[in-house]
Amino acid sequence: MKITGKRLRPLFGAIAIVGAASMVLAGCSSSGGDSATKSAAAGDATAIISANGTEPQKPLIPSDTTETGGGRIVTQLFDGLVSYDAKGAIVNEVAKSITSDDQQNWDIKLNDDWTFTDGTKVTAESFTKAWAWAADLKNAQTASSFFANFKGYDGAKSSQLDLTVVSPTEFKVALLAPQADFPLSLGYSAFYPLPSSFYKDTKAFGQDPIGNGPYKLKSATAWKHNVGIDLVTNKDYAGSRKPVNGGLNFSFYTGLDSAYADAQAGNLDIDDTVPDANFATYQSDFPDHFSNSPAAIFQSFTIPSNLAHFKEDKEGKLRREAISLAIDRSQITKVIFQGTRTPAKDFTTPVIDGYSADVEGNDVLNYNKSKAVELWKEADAISPFTGTFTIAYNADGGHKGWVDAVTNGITNVLGIKAAGQSYPTFGGFRDDVAGGKTSGAFRSGWQADYPSLNDFLAPLYVTGASSNDGKYSSSEFDALVKKGSSQATVADANKIYQQAQTVLFQDLPAIPLWYSNEVGVWSTKVSNVKFGWDSTPLYYAVTKN
Amino acid sequence: MLWYIGKRLLQLIPVFFGATFLIYFMVFALPGDPVAALYGDKQPSPQVIAEIRAQFNLDKPFIVQYLIYIGHLFQGNLGTTFSGIPVIDQLKQAFPITFRLSMLALLFEAVAGILVGLISGLRKGKIFDNSALVVSLLLISVPTFVVGFLLQFFLGIKWGLFAVTVSPEAPWGDLVLPAIVLATVSFAYIVRLTRASVSENMSADFVRTATAKGLPRRRVISVHILRNSLVPVVTYLGVDIGSLMVGAIVTEGIFNIQGVGGTVYKAIQLQQGPTVVSFVAVMVIIFMLANLLVDLLYALLDPRIRYAK
Repeated sequence: MKITGKRLRPLFGAIAIVGAASMVLAGCSSSGGDSATKSAAAGDATAIISANGTEPQKPLIPSDTTETGGGRIVTQLFDGLVSYDAKGAIVNEVAKSITSDDQQNWDIKLNDDWTFTDGTKVTAESFTKAWAWAADLKNAQTASSFFANFKGYDGAKSSQLDLTVVSPTEFKVALLAPQADFPLSLGYSAFYPLPSSFYKDTKAFGQDPIGNGPYKLKSATAWKHNVGIDLVTNKDYAGSRKPVNGGLNFSFYTGLDSAYADAQAGNLDIDDTVPDANFATYQSDFPDHFSNSPAAIFQSFTIPSNLAHFKEDKEGKLRREAISLAIDRSQITKVIFQGTRTPAKDFTTPVIDGYSADVEGNDVLNYNKSKAVELWKEADAISPFTGTFTIAYNADGGHKGWVDAVTNGITNVLGIKAAGQSYPTFGGFRDDVAGGKTSGAFRSGWQADYPSLNDFLAPLYVTGASSNDGKYSSSEFDALVKKGSSQATVADANKIYQQAQTVLFQDLPAIPLWYSNEVGVWSTKVSNVKFGWDSTPLYYAVTKN
Repeated sequence: MLWYIGKRLLQLIPVFFGATFLIYFMVFALPGDPVAALYGDKQPSPQVIAEIRAQFNLDKPFIVQYLIYIGHLFQGNLGTTFSGIPVIDQLKQAFPITFRLSMLALLFEAVAGILVGLISGLRKGKIFDNSALVVSLLLISVPTFVVGFLLQFFLGIKWGLFAVTVSPEAPWGDLVLPAIVLATVSFAYIVRLTRASVSENMSADFVRTATAKGLPRRRVISVHILRNSLVPVVTYLGVDIGSLMVGAIVTEGIFNIQGVGGTVYKAIQLQQGPTVVSFVAVMVIIFMLANLLVDLLYALLDPRIRYAK
């Protein structure tokens, strides 16, 4: 997923813009009052939880929703074949079983007790038709690339996915190449089922979606643009994310500060986007009602493989290692980010299954002044370095602070000129990065779409991969990723992926920096606020006191 | 008079086209691909991007895009945003809120500013005058967001006197605090303008004459001094309507008001040409009408000013 870095506040996908308006929720203040008369222990099953959100950038069609604003709503309205628990492990929802002998041809059996909120049943066709529609280029769905490994997918013209419906409760999927973590990916919103009514009027559906998830829209006009969206529990919900509250009220805020102010004033139950300015005070503002833990967001800067002095040869590798050793990650996360980033230990994230803090070769992430100097000298002996080492970043994303800290560190340790290169907007930054037009290194970040090691490695570093902006290419790494994908179990695959990471630590196509933390607060009116692996609160489990 | 008004209204037409053309061009000239900017570090496939660009006519040359926009405009269609919301709905949502906010702010700065300025000017050099000068200096020098956050924290969160943020319907009551914040700087300027103007007119010939005629002080002040002192103040207020309507981004952000400033700012970031141009066009019209109103008020305030046929 993408991190625009506008705000390191991601969630689902990129937050291109934290935007949108909002409101003080009328519902929450009144329900706070009458909760006293009800039994507080179990929580109030009719209570409405208010939470912050942003105006979705696209209509609420799951396969067109890849950013945070829409993502947090769509995940409440739909359930896919599987869902993710707090640790990122998969839980069967509509799926009864997902099996394969070769990790390439998958047999998916469904439970038959699921219905959409319009009363129609969730069947194999609800999935196959939705997937075929999402993969069809003429529908221009932003998540269409998630079907790139499906047999029959064709990015250039209309795709005919190789999906076989065996019975209303069983269908088969054929992939182009083995993918051990395929079941892990199936909880992502691109793979949600759609009711048959969707195809009659996709535009209307986008405003008033009909799903099979724990919540549904309160009414056909519940989505008030730039204001908020009201959800109520779906009484016929058949899955594991059974809500213990009565509904959700998402308010769309224009900025993080006003959401935080509303939370402070008790007008907002959950605020999962604490603004940077409040990093120093949120713990005292919300004693015992905050969370600060690593999210599935990896931050780094990429040094393009064709950059002079940093190519994938002996000199380049020495220099990359020296740069990495010259960065004092723990001090920067402490001083610049007030502890709201966690120094990186690998190329993925601690919140997913298979993560290891002890990947072989990750000692290049430890600050080591003398070794950095030594390696840099060794590289200078091959070919002397002249000029300035730059890190490009978008100025609208709050990156200046750490870029300055990192470049200052490099200057102090290695005695070379290093500086940030600022782009005014994310769009302009992206243009140059994608076009290979940056004159040095550039900021890079990644947020997982689904909790898999593979999702942090393959799209970024495999030769020619969609987001391999540094144009890194290593046949050894490519082979390991391929091998990992064809393992029989995810656990076996993860072992191979760790070997692949060791290759990355030798080549350092990107310099890992830190994991973004999820910093959220909640009012004393609610309890049981926990955050999922994707950094969004598990809204269904929240109770009102 | 009518001819004058008609002439001024006719001037709106070339200004409208000039402004929309220029703004559209500037949005077009912004670096970066608006579609790519919608997605973060992970971009959709180039084919999907091309498809979306085609949907929004972004693949066409600038002049074609502009003509398509103008063509749709004459059919009453201002286009849609990337999320499929018609721009006309955005206008209908944002302008009434911003209008209420700026009217409240204008009322506050005009009434309070002129009153304080008048008293200051009449009692030049006294304690009231000196403290008004110090306070206005303070208000001018403290950035709006400091005033905004301070008032929000103390009056809203701490003491609960005002709404912390503005609810979606933005009722007048919720807008009082933001309006005060928005008006602070202009209030200070109006105090100083009125004070300077009043104290200058105090020694004017017509005031001496009026006093010598034996008119009561009350009448001298209200009809002769104040009325003549208002010309520069009204000029300032007229210009201020424009800046209040667009310049409220900071205040809107603090109090979560879905107004014009924030909508335009967001649209510029997303490079949504139709939204930016439509909003700016409406603002240009409001600005010009406000200035026309000011020019007509001159004649009312100062009988020496007359408009040629």
